[in-house]
Amino acid sequence: MQHPQSPAVPSERSGGQVRTDETTTPPERPPAVRLRNAGLTYGTRELWRGLDLDVSPGEFLAVLGPNGAGKTSLLRVLLGLTPLSTGHVHIAGEPAHRGNDRIGYVPQQRSLRNSSTLRGNDLVGLGLDGHRWGIGLRRRAERARRVREALRAVDATDYARTPVGLLSGGEQQRLRIAQALVSEPSVLLCDEPLLSLDPSHQHRVSELIARRTRASGAATLFVTHEINPVLPLVDRVLYLVNGGFRIGTPDEVMNSATLSELYGTEVEVARVGGRLVVAGAESEHDHHVHEGEAE
Amino acid sequence: MNRLLEALSRIFDFGLTGELLGYPFVQQALLAAAALGLVSGVLAPLVVTRRMSFAVHGTAELAFTGAAAALLVGVGVTIGALAGAVVAALLLGLLGQREHERDSVIGAVLSFGLGLGVLLLWMNPERAANKFTLLVGQIVGVSSADVTLLGVAAVVVLLVTALLYRPLLFASLDSEVAAARGVPIGLLTPVFALLVGVATALGVHVVGALLVMALMVTPGAAAVRVTASPVKATVLSVVFAELAAVGGILLSLAPGVPVSAFVTAISFGIYLVCRVVGGLRVKRLTRGSSAVAV
Repeated sequence: MQHPQSPAVPSERSGGQVRTDETTTPPERPPAVRLRNAGLTYGTRELWRGLDLDVSPGEFLAVLGPNGAGKTSLLRVLLGLTPLSTGHVHIAGEPAHRGNDRIGYVPQQRSLRNSSTLRGNDLVGLGLDGHRWGIGLRRRAERARRVREALRAVDATDYARTPVGLLSGGEQQRLRIAQALVSEPSVLLCDEPLLSLDPSHQHRVSELIARRTRASGAATLFVTHEINPVLPLVDRVLYLVNGGFRIGTPDEVMNSATLSELYGTEVEVARVGGRLVVAGAESEHDHHVHEGEAE
Repeated sequence: MNRLLEALSRIFDFGLTGELLGYPFVQQALLAAAALGLVSGVLAPLVVTRRMSFAVHGTAELAFTGAAAALLVGVGVTIGALAGAVVAALLLGLLGQREHERDSVIGAVLSFGLGLGVLLLWMNPERAANKFTLLVGQIVGVSSADVTLLGVAAVVVLLVTALLYRPLLFASLDSEVAAARGVPIGLLTPVFALLVGVATALGVHVVGALLVMALMVTPGAAAVRVTASPVKATVLSVVFAELAAVGGILLSLAPGVPVSAFVTAISFGIYLVCRVVGGLRVKRLTRGSSAVAV
């Protein structure tokens, strides 16, 4: 926004000018995630290439595809843990880098190791300052307030002081979402957050993430094999297969023609009893839950 | 048996205890124990959370080897123990990067270190009683120079631990998320192993290499039984370690029983009580939260 050149300019005009400035030319907000001609190759194996993707603040994007398609690698690229082989990646206008505090991260649900030594609010607090040196004696009140708010936003206030090891998988996952969002990130990355949860908890956790995505204005990338709890909630889908990809709304991507073309083989997408079933694509979507439970 | 009963009957001989407290070597011993209790109490909850009990044991064995070597060449025992523990921490950090190998690496290294230590003691022409104390501790042998060294090492360990505290806690609980947040996991692991090594070496002089776990592990294991708050766990662990270390020396003075017997007994007693209290607490908490939905 430009400052008025002189205070002597008639007030009605200057006032009008300022208002117009604010409404017609908002400061250009960069997309939360921007990938340009991005490619990732491990040795001779090409995971994907030529990936152009913009994810806007508040957008909920599902990242789907078979095992080994490079979904988790994509998240690692955004986290700055793996460099791209080609192209560029920007997070909230800045090149991706390690330890980016613009990103919140929710990992696979698995029982928190040794977690009887920590309570819910401690876990959430680590999301705020766990990467900082020192013991954190300053600004305790401000920290406590933000942790409380984050817990309330995911309806986890009731077990804020319970040892995490005593909580169910769904409760632990709620705390992790609060942990990822407490620092008010621009981007929320979820890597299989529904694994080993039962169907009703899968739905609740998916809905919670969708709700928090809209409310917080974070762009969410949600890697999952569990398409059914998520598809009704997402804005767009990124489907990765064999080095190729499709980006579009769930209806544009999740149909027999598109997936057959992407897989290069006959794939059928059918609606069975309200559930979407992908047949012919290694039938990943059906058995993955059990793998998770076997851990 | 009679010897034990006779010795124990002197525990409450406060006159004798008071008289012994007047000696400088006893005061130095108490100072050393207090420094050790503070350091080990702070580190113990992290050792337990990071599942490093066996690593502490392995490090202590190599501290013993270092101390044995120091005795042989005539350098201070504490310096020797420190050197041994640092070598141990580096070796374990270097060879045990992969989690599934860590156990076996420690087993292999510690048995070799113990054997080497025995050889070094055998080569030493000094009388055997002196050597035995490296394994089970000999608090009365702490000199004022040792106390100074212990104090300095304790301060350094505490400062570095305070600096690393939050990332260490984060990495111990959820290394994946911590790495995503930019916590340098690959750096923290060896640095913490080094801290544990230094603290363990300090313990070798007081309770001996074999029993150092009574201070480096048990107080933390007891504390995390009764609280899930990291701050409370650290405070409790320090209190428990001080009770064991300082209390053990005070009780051992009049009876003349080895210090380590009392230190380990107090430490284990606290652990048992905390297990019972912790069991009741979990029962209460699970009943309380069972009504909570996801």
